[in-house]
Amino acid sequence: MNSKKTAKSFKMIILSFIAATQIFPLYWLITFSLKSNAEIFGENVIGLPKAWRFVNYSTALTDGGILRYFLNSVFYSAATVAVVAIITAMAAYAIARMKWKLKAAAFGIFSIGIMIPSQAALLPLFQTMDKLGLKGGYLGLLIPYIAFGIPMSVMILTGFYKGIPKEMEEAAYMDGCGIFRCFLAIMLPMVKPAVATASIFTFLGTWNELMFANTLVDSADYRTLPVGIMSFAGQYSTDWGLIGAGMVIATLPTILIYFLLSNQVQESLVAGAVKG
Amino acid sequence: MDKMLGKKSYIAVFVLPALLIFVSFVMIPLLISGTYSLFEYDGIGKMRFLGLQNYIDMFTTDRYFPKAVVNSIVLVVASLFIQLPVSLVLALVLAHGVKGEKFFRTVYFVPVVISSMVIGQLWMKIFHSEYGLLNILISAITGSTFDYSWLSNSKTAFLSTVIPAVWQYIGYHMLIFYAGIKSISTEYYEAAQIDGATKWQTNMKITLPLLTPVIKTCVIFSITGSLRAFDLIYVMTGGGPNHASEVPATLMYNNLFRRGLYGYGSAQAFFIVIECLLFTFIISRIFRKSEENASAI
Repeated sequence: MNSKKTAKSFKMIILSFIAATQIFPLYWLITFSLKSNAEIFGENVIGLPKAWRFVNYSTALTDGGILRYFLNSVFYSAATVAVVAIITAMAAYAIARMKWKLKAAAFGIFSIGIMIPSQAALLPLFQTMDKLGLKGGYLGLLIPYIAFGIPMSVMILTGFYKGIPKEMEEAAYMDGCGIFRCFLAIMLPMVKPAVATASIFTFLGTWNELMFANTLVDSADYRTLPVGIMSFAGQYSTDWGLIGAGMVIATLPTILIYFLLSNQVQESLVAGAVKG
Repeated sequence: MDKMLGKKSYIAVFVLPALLIFVSFVMIPLLISGTYSLFEYDGIGKMRFLGLQNYIDMFTTDRYFPKAVVNSIVLVVASLFIQLPVSLVLALVLAHGVKGEKFFRTVYFVPVVISSMVIGQLWMKIFHSEYGLLNILISAITGSTFDYSWLSNSKTAFLSTVIPAVWQYIGYHMLIFYAGIKSISTEYYEAAQIDGATKWQTNMKITLPLLTPVIKTCVIFSITGSLRAFDLIYVMTGGGPNHASEVPATLMYNNLFRRGLYGYGSAQAFFIVIECLLFTFIISRIFRKSEENASAI
């Protein structure tokens, strides 16, 4: 019995140690974002701030231009999530339920998409957006984000539709319900959890994306947070508190969404990966 | 109902928006990259057909590419042999029920949702020679000032980017494993308990074999993710110092957008695609056999 207890506490020590390594860098980031350089660089490296410098945040938001980047990122992410959710909910329904010869081929094309590293499309996208006159504006980045968000979402939703029994739909069609109404009123409410799951993936991918944002946008007016913070960190390289504040601002939305929806995130991951 | 679900115009309305956007902005660009990779092209002048010469040059005349490939393989190995085993053990421990199961699950996943840019900047500061946490810790332990510059020394620069890369996604794989374990029917475990199997035996004989498809998924994600790695390295070292920490993706990016080598850079981009598809194929082949064994249980 005693050895069982030792094993148990040993387990807890290991689990807690790894939890500490996973969370400590984030703790450090948050504390130094509220400190002065004097504290960060010697007086108080890992403790809580002695004087809480919220001014780091207001300076980053206004002088550093982070507010603009933040709003841009919100726009890109929200628009991508909305468009991807709508068009993939429809496409996945067509693949899972409708009767057509090429649906296996269409599904195959989407599933290749998951394997494709985004850098392989970067240069042609850069040229296409340039030719269309969209490069450097909102659409020039938004369209690639939507396109690359599609395959994962189609996969998750198709799997989910297939698990839904057909009786409800059949009854609705019998009653003379049209396809669009049936889709909107019966199918969409049933796949809501899967749409939420897929949307979380889309959101994280878009919000955190760096390479496309760095290449397809040059003006600060359309810049996203990751690129904005990178140039900001170069500009104020010696002011760690200020950089830290910018990084916390960039991280806060994803952490908040994760904590609010962590059950959904975890269930969805299970659904996506275990089936795939 | 069949009539409605088979009507061509309805199908088109449902499937075409996603399909057209995806094909136009993912698949066609991919094919264009593949075509460019066979040419010498600077984006403005004429394209000159080279056949596979770009691919040959990468390994014969390019001073940095072979080293970059080796670096990406190091990253693959670190992910496979450090990240995945740690994730798997954590998942096994958590899935069999411990106090604070949900707390640990949530905490382990936190780094996954943070942007690589932030992770990169943060670890740059951890590795900072004067004020970084790592050197402060070493100084405190040894009692003398330690100010080694991890990221600007060509011996340690790449390794310093591998650590956060492995660290960041432990929670991701842990969660996939965890979900896989949870979806295994409890009947197996009940039977094992009746037979008096130890925990270790249960893990080795029941959980792991039944988890094979999930392990396959994680191995593929882990390998392809490492082969295409870009963000962390771009942020932390930019491939430097003196190209010591380049990976194929950073070299490709430089060739395309700094040096204007559209043909050659595209060949490097396409090389990454081929690598990813090849490894996916090989891993699926390797696992096919053990999956067959697992289904025999």
